[in-house]
Amino acid sequence: MSAYAVDVATLARKDVLLELRSRDTLPAMLLFVVSALVVFHFALPADASDRAEIGLFWIALVFTALLGLGRAFAAEREQGLLDGLVLAPVDRSAIWAAKVISVVVFLALAEAVALPAYALFFQPVGWELLAAVALADLGIASIGALLAAMAAASRSRELLLPVLFLPLAIPAVIGGVGASVAENPASFLGFLALYDAVFAILAWASFEYVVTE
Amino acid sequence: MTAAAGLLVGGIALALFWAPEDVDQGFSQKIFYIHVPVALTAYAFFGFGAWKAFRLLATRDSHYDLESYTAVHMGVIFGLLTLVTGSIWAKTSWGQWWSWGERQLVLFLIVFLFYSAYFMLRFSTDPGPRRERNSAVFALFGVALIPVSFLAVRIAGTILHPTVFTHDDGVAMPWQMFLAFCICLGGVLALAATFYRVELAGKRIDLSLKELREQLA
Amino acid sequence: MIRARDLEKRFGDKRVLLGLDLDVPEGEFLLVTGANGAGKTTLLRLLAGLTAPSAGELEVAADRGQIGFLAHEPLVYLELTALENLDLYGRLYRVPERRERSGMLLERFGLWEARNERAGTYSRGMLQRLALCRTFLHDPALLLLDEPFAALDDQGAALLRDELAGGRTVVVAAHDPARLATLATARLALA
Repeated sequence: MSAYAVDVATLARKDVLLELRSRDTLPAMLLFVVSALVVFHFALPADASDRAEIGLFWIALVFTALLGLGRAFAAEREQGLLDGLVLAPVDRSAIWAAKVISVVVFLALAEAVALPAYALFFQPVGWELLAAVALADLGIASIGALLAAMAAASRSRELLLPVLFLPLAIPAVIGGVGASVAENPASFLGFLALYDAVFAILAWASFEYVVTE
Repeated sequence: MTAAAGLLVGGIALALFWAPEDVDQGFSQKIFYIHVPVALTAYAFFGFGAWKAFRLLATRDSHYDLESYTAVHMGVIFGLLTLVTGSIWAKTSWGQWWSWGERQLVLFLIVFLFYSAYFMLRFSTDPGPRRERNSAVFALFGVALIPVSFLAVRIAGTILHPTVFTHDDGVAMPWQMFLAFCICLGGVLALAATFYRVELAGKRIDLSLKELREQLA
Repeated sequence: MIRARDLEKRFGDKRVLLGLDLDVPEGEFLLVTGANGAGKTTLLRLLAGLTAPSAGELEVAADRGQIGFLAHEPLVYLELTALENLDLYGRLYRVPERRERSGMLLERFGLWEARNERAGTYSRGMLQRLALCRTFLHDPALLLLDEPFAALDDQGAALLRDELAGGRTVVVAAHDPARLATLATARLALA
């Protein structure tokens, strides 16, 4: 395995281990997403369409992701640990890649609870929704990992991250909802793949500049 | 500045009195002569800002930070104008202040939101190399967002928000309209360039003043 | 190993370092003194490459893998154990035989018994010792230490002094230089 891949693996393992140990992010995300779905049920009038319900799932996903992303660089931020990683002789983009992996892992865990809950409360889940969720997760994690590092350098980080993130999340929501409801999900899924590719490459290339001076 | 203003006024006059009225929409269509140039100028500013941002990251030269910031600033101002004129156009054409089916406007809204977030980023980060670099990277994300959102809004139209109303002007424009349009476009761009230079000079002066004060202290 | 000319660092309106010239040959032990806020930490961060100068030239003839930096913060993950922390940094710095080396350092700094406990349970002194283990782990050619004696008891201080007498290039920032006066080969006082 190349040195780069080894570094990414090392850092990703560290990130996942940290989150498992801290024991607060994951349960919070799980509870949040289920509570959100319940709130949405009450927010919808009785005759709301199936398609409206799909939309609400995606909203729940985006906001759960924001919750998780807000914690993404928490340890590094609070204890100045990002310095420790930046000092090391590793490619800075490996730090980003590792974060993306850990965010995807956590999103997947949240979805493992959210999707069954959704199927229970609202309507059955099709393969298109699963594919769309998988693709959207990648894009959200790629962008979110970079923005979380950016927001970490600012004074009002809890407020800033959602503000920076939401406009960039709009195409993902369009792609995701579209794939879930359209006759032909392929074009929306293809779009999501394009979105992922464009922003992942951009985030990978620019992460170095965000964490160094 | 006078030349630019003159060009713009001339263009508007031409548009209002000389160019023929649009077959479908009548006189209200005339706002297109302001709305589209302003929109194009906003996009141009965002692109220009992203270019300067790229130069900042490539050369580490702090000068580009102010240039990039000014360009985005101007872009957001013109962006606001675009949304306002677009809204007026929507109201006069279809009787509503906003239409989600109007693809160009929706795309613009997304981009506008993004670059407004740019300001939040700048305001909440302390001045220094961090802020410069973060702003630059964010500006680059913006230009990537533009084509991606364009695609997104387009495919969204097929399923989410049907494009009920269309603006037909690009296709069959009599040459008089086109000429008037071009002159207006030129005028707006010239005016925009002047605003940019003035704003940039102002920001540079502010910065020099601060540095002078620093040195005297 | 280090060369600086007219080094300047500003934070917004505040100027922390101005017109600083510095020459540190290999093997030198430079002691940087000054009151709080004089710029000692800033200087070390500049040398480590964590921040860029606002003006002037700075050359450090050591790449990232050869620099050992002790910051104000211990830079260890509180949720991980001492061993896990050193394993992480050992991998990132590609330390050969990292397990043995980690063990040796932990023992030398008296942390062997606590090696499997989360760093979050450590006292301040223990954290500082762990931070020192982290700093020395990859046997760096250039050491940059910011107030290394903070929170260390006499025993810890003695261990550190032994470790420092090795012939590496060292830059230490300390507002109270008494403990290091004998080791220092050069001094820099920041105002």
